[in-house]
Amino acid sequence: MATDVEQAQQQIGSGIQIESIVETAEGRRDMTLNMGPQHPATHGVLRVVLDLQGENIVNSDIVIGYLHRGIEKLAESRTYTQIIPLTDRTDYTAAMTGNQGLCVAVERLMELEVPPRGRYIRTMIAELQRIASHLIWLGTHAMDIGATTVFLYCFRERERILDFFDAFCGARLTYSYYRVGGVMADAPPGILEQIYDFTTDFVDRLAENEELLTANDLWLARTKGVATISAKDAIAIGLTGPSLRGSGVPYDIRKAEPYDAYADMDFLVPTFPEGDVFARYMVRIEELKQSVRIVRQCIERMPDGPTNVEDPMVTPPKREVAMTHMESMINHFMWNIHSFRAPKGEVYSAIESPKGELGYYIVSDGSNKPYRLRIRPPSFCNLQALPQMIKGYMVADVVAAIGSIDIVLGEVDR
Amino acid sequence: MGLDPDKLLDRVQEQFPDAVLERVVARGSEATALVARDRIVEIATFCRDDPELQFDHLSDVAAVDWPERPERFDVVYHLYSIPANHRLRLKVHVPEDGEVASVTGVWPAANWLEREVYDLMGVKFANHPDLRRILMWDDYPYHPLRKEFPTEGEPDVPRDYHVEFPPGLERV
Repeated sequence: MATDVEQAQQQIGSGIQIESIVETAEGRRDMTLNMGPQHPATHGVLRVVLDLQGENIVNSDIVIGYLHRGIEKLAESRTYTQIIPLTDRTDYTAAMTGNQGLCVAVERLMELEVPPRGRYIRTMIAELQRIASHLIWLGTHAMDIGATTVFLYCFRERERILDFFDAFCGARLTYSYYRVGGVMADAPPGILEQIYDFTTDFVDRLAENEELLTANDLWLARTKGVATISAKDAIAIGLTGPSLRGSGVPYDIRKAEPYDAYADMDFLVPTFPEGDVFARYMVRIEELKQSVRIVRQCIERMPDGPTNVEDPMVTPPKREVAMTHMESMINHFMWNIHSFRAPKGEVYSAIESPKGELGYYIVSDGSNKPYRLRIRPPSFCNLQALPQMIKGYMVADVVAAIGSIDIVLGEVDR
Repeated sequence: MGLDPDKLLDRVQEQFPDAVLERVVARGSEATALVARDRIVEIATFCRDDPELQFDHLSDVAAVDWPERPERFDVVYHLYSIPANHRLRLKVHVPEDGEVASVTGVWPAANWLEREVYDLMGVKFANHPDLRRILMWDDYPYHPLRKEFPTEGEPDVPRDYHVEFPPGLERV
């Protein structure tokens, strides 16, 4: 038996480990395959144990937790502002939305109203982040299925967005740009025009990618009718975001419970009813176009004025003021030592991250730190649907299915 | 938004007058109902199937630890209705040695969410189809989100993760 496993292992290479081979009474050889945790197509450290009959998947178990860093526990000993860098490290392909989710939740708890300019900047940044996140998804998803060119195109475009973020906050990946009550700094001069130019180019570049995939026979063969899930099952298992809209359910938190400036924006929620890998792909492609629309609207209507709440308890004084006025300096010092206090109570606030419903449940005991902070990670809940999606399909379809639900293991494990 | 939070709570309370122990509406928009622990599955099923409530989507299951309280844990269910667009928070109190019935039969989404609560908080769910640890490894001896668990981790066990602190820097 051992040599049997070794032989089979040599045939398939080292990407997937065979755990066991069982000869059934009918002479069929059933296998248990171990995919990951070090497998390029699992987008991080995800382990999927597949029970196979021939090449068909009869059962699968998902093992996660390899990237667990205890972010919820760490948050209990940090002030609300100090938690923002932790949220960067949940979904690290879309760190801005992690920041935004936390800030929106704390603002709801404290009943703060961010000034219009702050809200517009936050909305614009969130949509740019959605574009960047969807580009990573598109590139890696396409590469998993075998289309390498798309990967290079997508990362080229994403790089430009990272340059914008660099100009906004000085970081390329872990931004910590949002603040409770606004943002870290106003937009640097001239950047809005550059972003507008980018959106014009981007529409053409996206068409290039679409030419490579949407009408490509190989792509269609690998994605159409693969890993389907019905709308009813998708809701019951807790899918959200593009993965749910790929089953035809038009649930988008930007429309259902608008936060920041989404109530003023004019955009559509694309849905595709088929519920397969291709439908989820099309939803995200259409979402990219809608995000471009929102970014443009934000730039066109960008209001003037302050970006942050004008409350000295929440927003620290600006550096120029803090360095020249004694009272402001004391305020600045106290703010940095003690931060602000949130009222006693609890809040659950959800935003639409590129992956789905990103919820923050905060229980506050009235101090400057949360008593309990729970992150409802969209990737975690979406990944739960994977066994249901891949049941009955083949091993190669697992790779397509994992790509299509767009998981980030940093967020799954926190 | 869908139904007014007060009306949501009225609807649940009408149906289960003795099982709703406490009701709170926070900031005029967020409805919370503290319900009896042994009735949670019944109430969850009603919330899902009632034509007015239609809570078809379970957003989240979380637990909060209050070590001083006799019934130590809050298990918090966040429900959302996609057709009606309203939210409701259900809460139950669970003692340290007690268990609460799983709502996996009502919303399959509860499966992993309850496993995570069990893993990190140590709350047991009765009738759960697959109550294993999910984030920590299987033989991990602690429930790290409990308040008595130190943030930097227990330094003594398991042996593989043993951390030697230099003298004078021991954890206090």
